[in-house]
Amino acid sequence: MFYRENGQFKTSYRQDQQIFSITQDRWAVLAIIAFAVFAVPFLVDEYLLRAILLPFVILALAAVGVNVLVGYCGQISLGSGAFMGMGAYVAYNAMVRVDGMPLIAAILIGGAAATLTGVIFGIPSLRVKGLYLSVATLAAQFFCEWGFLRVPWFTNDNPSGSVSVAGLKVMGWEINSPVEKYLFCLGFLIVFALLAKNLVRSAIGREWMAIRDMDVAASVIGIRPMYAKLTAFAVSSFIVGVAGALWGFVHLGSWEPAAFDINRSFQLLFMVIIGGMGSIMGSMFGAAFIVSLPIFLNQFLPVLGDWLGFSVSTALISHTEFMVFGALIIWFLIVEPHGLARLWSVGKQKMRLWPFPH
Amino acid sequence: MGFFIETLFGGLMAGMLYSLVALGFVLIFKASGVFNFAQGAMVLFAALAMARFAEWLPLWLGVSNMLVVNTLAFLIAGAIMFVLAWLIERLVLRHLVNQEGTTLLMATLGITYFLDGMGQTIFGSDIYQLNIGMPKEPVFLFESTFQGGVLINLEDVVAAVIAALLVTFLALFFQKTSTGRALRAVADDHQAAQSVGIPLNRIWVIVWCVAGVVALVAGMIWGSKLGVQFSLSTVALRALPVIILGGLTSVPGAIIGGLIIGVGEKLSEVYLGPFVGGGIEIWFAYMLALVVLMFRPQGLFGEKIIDRV
Repeated sequence: MFYRENGQFKTSYRQDQQIFSITQDRWAVLAIIAFAVFAVPFLVDEYLLRAILLPFVILALAAVGVNVLVGYCGQISLGSGAFMGMGAYVAYNAMVRVDGMPLIAAILIGGAAATLTGVIFGIPSLRVKGLYLSVATLAAQFFCEWGFLRVPWFTNDNPSGSVSVAGLKVMGWEINSPVEKYLFCLGFLIVFALLAKNLVRSAIGREWMAIRDMDVAASVIGIRPMYAKLTAFAVSSFIVGVAGALWGFVHLGSWEPAAFDINRSFQLLFMVIIGGMGSIMGSMFGAAFIVSLPIFLNQFLPVLGDWLGFSVSTALISHTEFMVFGALIIWFLIVEPHGLARLWSVGKQKMRLWPFPH
Repeated sequence: MGFFIETLFGGLMAGMLYSLVALGFVLIFKASGVFNFAQGAMVLFAALAMARFAEWLPLWLGVSNMLVVNTLAFLIAGAIMFVLAWLIERLVLRHLVNQEGTTLLMATLGITYFLDGMGQTIFGSDIYQLNIGMPKEPVFLFESTFQGGVLINLEDVVAAVIAALLVTFLALFFQKTSTGRALRAVADDHQAAQSVGIPLNRIWVIVWCVAGVVALVAGMIWGSKLGVQFSLSTVALRALPVIILGGLTSVPGAIIGGLIIGVGEKLSEVYLGPFVGGGIEIWFAYMLALVVLMFRPQGLFGEKIIDRV
């Protein structure tokens, strides 16, 4: 009844080409953004902000980046953790080595460095694809992890590889409290998600999708595989690198190479697959699911244990967490292999017909 | 010269162990098109099961003969891997037929998490010794040829022999038995195999079972070398470049790839490592595989990839 696009006539090309061409979508997105910016800081307490919302926002940003590469261009990457790390460490160096470097500029420099890394390690994608490529991108993961630990430049000569950043400031605005951190990262997420959304429906986004669907056919109709694949790697690793810089600077404050290890790459890929490949909205669903699941299990399992009359040790909890996490992932893949975004669009279809389904 | 040969030999032995893990990957990929990330978790799970049963059996049955205990433990662990293979086919793979490779890959990652959690819940999470009577003392060879001779670990030699036996056995199984022929048919073309009456589901159980046994043998050897502990599951990550180098679909590729990677790793660590700060073992194999991929995208021995529109 409410979600109908009939009667919305486009009278100019401008209207026809809006990002959200359905009025209800436009208002819904605006409402969600307004809610996240203005209402959420007042509604939730500090623990929730720090433990769930902040990681969610940053990892959702990273997942958007990974989705550009995996979901839209079809190049499976297991090196996202390394690109995040590259963003974080280079941004740190920009911060430390240049006096008076603005925070946002440092973060963007980190993103640029990640872009460069991504393009270099994206070169094998011109020759190999699919599962071979996923292992090839693991090379990026291990090489960068090793680099952060062994190349003294990255860590400013700290042998353990751990670095820390203090006193985040943007044009006089000091980012200290969890609310400020959340808003700062949310700003990045909104900007980059809208940019990505816009990019994937442009000419280049269509090229990526053509490559994903069948690269030989795409090159036959005149799409340059090299250009399309490398731009996908570049855009993806830029966003991932920015997310990495935010993860290091804002969420962790001080970090070691282990913060960007292979499990991070797996985690990001999980987000994309569970959220839905080829959907910006899906990346956020996936991030929300993967971030909140371990925390939920951690809280819920001891309660369940008490209730059933077991005394549950912490080791058992962490092992059970692993098991439940693994089982849920499998269950999810079986029930909805196209991810949460698919449920979302099914829901929208239903909304269209509701309440008169015939 | 003696030192070079020693390093080379160490590399070959390590490579044999890599190829043992890689073999599990290749078997499953050939037969079901699943890139099985859980192979490492299976190695850990099998090794844990065997180590723990070898510890428990003397307490339960009162037998103390090591050979009997180890054989029984091996059989029990093998049975557990069989049940596991059946469960994986029944609960996971059957429901994911015809899904994309990525989805299947993610599902095996889910299996990895599950197995890691379950193994440690059931069998405990400490470091366990697995004593299968491998000779531990090193021996010197060629003392007459080189100054000081070449130091060889006898344990490695035994491990390599076991690995070689297993590979020969598998090769015979694949080439000579009717089940092996069915496995190869499935690997070539699922639909064609199904249409001539090969039961896909049973084949998958068999192949996961074989991979489970390979994992058990790999876990046994690695476990007796390093102790059975959580880090065993990362062995899988060391074996990935091996299959890429050798080709995802080639059993001999897994063996030769393993040897190349093993030797390359050791030699590079010794001769190249000191110049760049050491610890390059971790990525050297991947870089080597990457370079090979640039020239041969299907790996050294993989089937040529043909694209059709």
